[in-house]
Amino acid sequence: MFIPHTPEDKKEMLQKIGISCVQDLFAQIPQDVRYPALHLPPALDENALTAHLHELAGKNKPLLNFIGAGCEEHFIPAAVNALSSRGEFLTAYTPYQAEASQGTLQTIYEFQSCICELFDMDVCSASHYDGATALAEACSAALRVNNKNKILYSAGLHPHYKEVLKTYLKHVPALKLEEVPLQNGTVDLAALKEKLTPDVSCFAVAGPNFLGQLEPLEDISALVHGAGALLVAVAKPLALAVLHTPGQYGADFAVAEGQTLGNAMNFGGPGLGIFTCKKEYVRQVPGRIVGIAKDKDGKRSFVLTLQAREQHIRRERAASNICSNQALCALNAVIYLTLLGYAGLREAAELNLEKAHTLKNKLVADGHKLKFDGLFFNEFVLELNTPAKQVIKKLAKKGIAAGFDLGRINKAWQNCLLVCVTETKTSADLEKYVQAIRGF
Amino acid sequence: MQEIIKQNALSIEKSRPGRRGIRFEKPQNTPDAYVPARYLRSHSPRLPQLSELETVRHFTNLSRQNYCLDSHFYPLGSCTMKYNPKAYDVLSTLEGFTQAHPFAPEDAVQGTLEILYNLQEMLKEITGLAAFTLQPAAGAQGELTGILAARAYFDAQKDKKRTEVIVPDTAHGTNPATSHMAGYTVVNIKSGPDGCVDKEALKNALSEKTAVVMLTVPNTVGLFEKDIREIAEMVHAAGALFYMDGANFNALIGVVKPADLGADLMHLNLHKTFAAPHGGGGPGSGPVGANEKLAAFLPKPLVEKKNGKYFLNSKLPKSLGRMKAFYGNIAVCARAYCFLRQYDAATLKEIAENAVLNANYVRVGLKDVFPAFFDVPCMHECVLTLHKDKMNGIRTADIAKRLLDYGFYAPTIYFPLIVPEAMMIEPTETESKEMLDLFVKAMHCIFEEAEKTPQTVHDAPHNQPVGRIDEVSAAREPNLRW
Repeated sequence: MFIPHTPEDKKEMLQKIGISCVQDLFAQIPQDVRYPALHLPPALDENALTAHLHELAGKNKPLLNFIGAGCEEHFIPAAVNALSSRGEFLTAYTPYQAEASQGTLQTIYEFQSCICELFDMDVCSASHYDGATALAEACSAALRVNNKNKILYSAGLHPHYKEVLKTYLKHVPALKLEEVPLQNGTVDLAALKEKLTPDVSCFAVAGPNFLGQLEPLEDISALVHGAGALLVAVAKPLALAVLHTPGQYGADFAVAEGQTLGNAMNFGGPGLGIFTCKKEYVRQVPGRIVGIAKDKDGKRSFVLTLQAREQHIRRERAASNICSNQALCALNAVIYLTLLGYAGLREAAELNLEKAHTLKNKLVADGHKLKFDGLFFNEFVLELNTPAKQVIKKLAKKGIAAGFDLGRINKAWQNCLLVCVTETKTSADLEKYVQAIRGF
Repeated sequence: MQEIIKQNALSIEKSRPGRRGIRFEKPQNTPDAYVPARYLRSHSPRLPQLSELETVRHFTNLSRQNYCLDSHFYPLGSCTMKYNPKAYDVLSTLEGFTQAHPFAPEDAVQGTLEILYNLQEMLKEITGLAAFTLQPAAGAQGELTGILAARAYFDAQKDKKRTEVIVPDTAHGTNPATSHMAGYTVVNIKSGPDGCVDKEALKNALSEKTAVVMLTVPNTVGLFEKDIREIAEMVHAAGALFYMDGANFNALIGVVKPADLGADLMHLNLHKTFAAPHGGGGPGSGPVGANEKLAAFLPKPLVEKKNGKYFLNSKLPKSLGRMKAFYGNIAVCARAYCFLRQYDAATLKEIAENAVLNANYVRVGLKDVFPAFFDVPCMHECVLTLHKDKMNGIRTADIAKRLLDYGFYAPTIYFPLIVPEAMMIEPTETESKEMLDLFVKAMHCIFEEAEKTPQTVHDAPHNQPVGRIDEVSAAREPNLRW
């Protein structure tokens, strides 16, 4: 199958090595546990495997999707996967030998550049695992920058991001993690002001936040910087084509989930962790960064750089332990951004904004209530008369994924449904949704 | 003219105002109809403006500047660059899988959950461990998951005195970096003269302060830790846990279950042993297994099965917490699932046997020119060094670059740190004898060149898109974006 050796090959190879059978090479392994019995299913040939996987894929039911909550369905132009699935990209590894990896290296440099432009930030890493781990690493970097020991984070962060933040930073000595509450769906500025004591290293805030609401990030930034702390922003990449950017409101670190840029949902993984910062913090960036170098004839070339931050050089003093990243997802993102350009990206973002507002208006006209009355991009919260859990079940029977049940994160919100509308939805889809949810 | 074509223009340098690749329907209103100006973007980003064809050509031509497994032998040690069967790429990206939302009703994602559950079960069987999480996104994140699970275990026992993790000097840099992230002090121990753990050094380092001993098995000089059981007993006798780094599991799959060697915790790299492609640096996948004692501390959620239905269980009160926003790199897991469905119990061990056979064949073939640092049979990879006096000042980095000219990617070089001028060669089981013969021949040629025309080797590579890169030039005044 995938092992090419014929019996003759093996015989010659064993002879050359000077042993009689390949098992001799495993003599160091304790004999009593060598070659254990394994209970595994019977092997399938490619034909049977294909049928099996099609059967499994068929067990997933396609739904008209209105769920966002950190993973979104967006249109992916065919050229994205056609290009990124080329073996030259797919089956290479981390570009250690730069001269034979210029393709991967240049695409990473272009990814870093496009993201810096979109985020309005100075530096972008080659990628991180996902938005949540990028956030945890950014907070950890902030601690190293100012040597303080308290992190504030907004209650409006994605609930899973909060969990990952706690997991990653749990064992930092003397660290305090404190949540800043929301007021009508956005950061309670008075509470933030009060909590911004001199020991605060950074404030982590998402805009739009988990409830879809836009945050007054200029005001937040002024408060945070006024108190001598750093601002760590969780942005939404597609929204940045129209909304204020981390650079504009002065974030020190800005991270994001980049799945929405040309990557399928895939049940939530692989995602694309985007990590950006101001240039003065470049030495605190976790993981790979590509830079421009010169070859021996002075020709422009690309190479992994500033590696003194990394685990293979620094070991226990490294900025992070990250080694493999999400290069292929970053490649999808840069192809997507190159295909769309700013004009296309702006159209896609405007369509999200417009269609989400169209659905919101239709629902309100139909007698539904909004939980929050603030500004939003492509997600908003409906307050229903019925528990969201039940509504989701009923709409699933009609082929619709209605949204995210906010009762999962807050008992007081069990009638609240977080609804996401992207450019993929047609007017007919929106109408179908309105009909299906009528009366709940 | 040639120079213009050769120069790899950036996409932004090819950009023409007004040109574009993709058009969407036209929105009816401008954003200020929905959002006030102070929340809007103030200026345009400089993104490339290219047609679809220009974009396709740009990236196609960039791809052609890569060596990759599909086109070249890629003997990068410790990375297990084996063939990635094409069927898995197709089958893992069927629309049913790619369109699944992580918060979709469980009834709508039973196919994905069934794959994940059965993959967890198969990994348990192969390793002998009691539970597996597929959540970690890569090997390094798997290590962190494992060490945090160990820490949660000791915390649950109110054992606060264990503050150290012991790591041998042959370990990957991720091991000490991981331990540090988990809040532990790293204790490095020297290897013995045979490349294996020095039991005396380990004994001296072990104490009631030791939480975990991290060992890569086989280790990074390509050797199986001959005293592994004794080591595991020493670790356990000290009340510590044995974490096995499974980066090199390709040598052992089907041959031995790590639990039988005494491992309490381990991670596997699905992008190595389990044939998922490396993607130019990721995504990988680093599932973590734990024995009975530690299973309850794995990250939440886990995929479980009840009354024939699969579900994500987040109600795990002892869990170390969550490592990622969602449950793992699913598309990578699906490929590993395909791989394991193509091998049964009888044939799984052939992977390890042929990987080890290939590594030894290369080791013996290069014996006269580049000797193994430890002159004994190796496992899945061999670590070679140079005859310094015969090399005319040629160093390992030069040999690596010259190999590119001969049409081979280079081995991992200058690692592990204990081997001077190290070249770590991992052929994997999917390479044919002819390919290995060619590689050995190329290495012999380079050895001869070092003797007769050393400048050729010193100035290599000669036929790549760019010449030898001055890496220091990039760090001097970093240019990290346009």
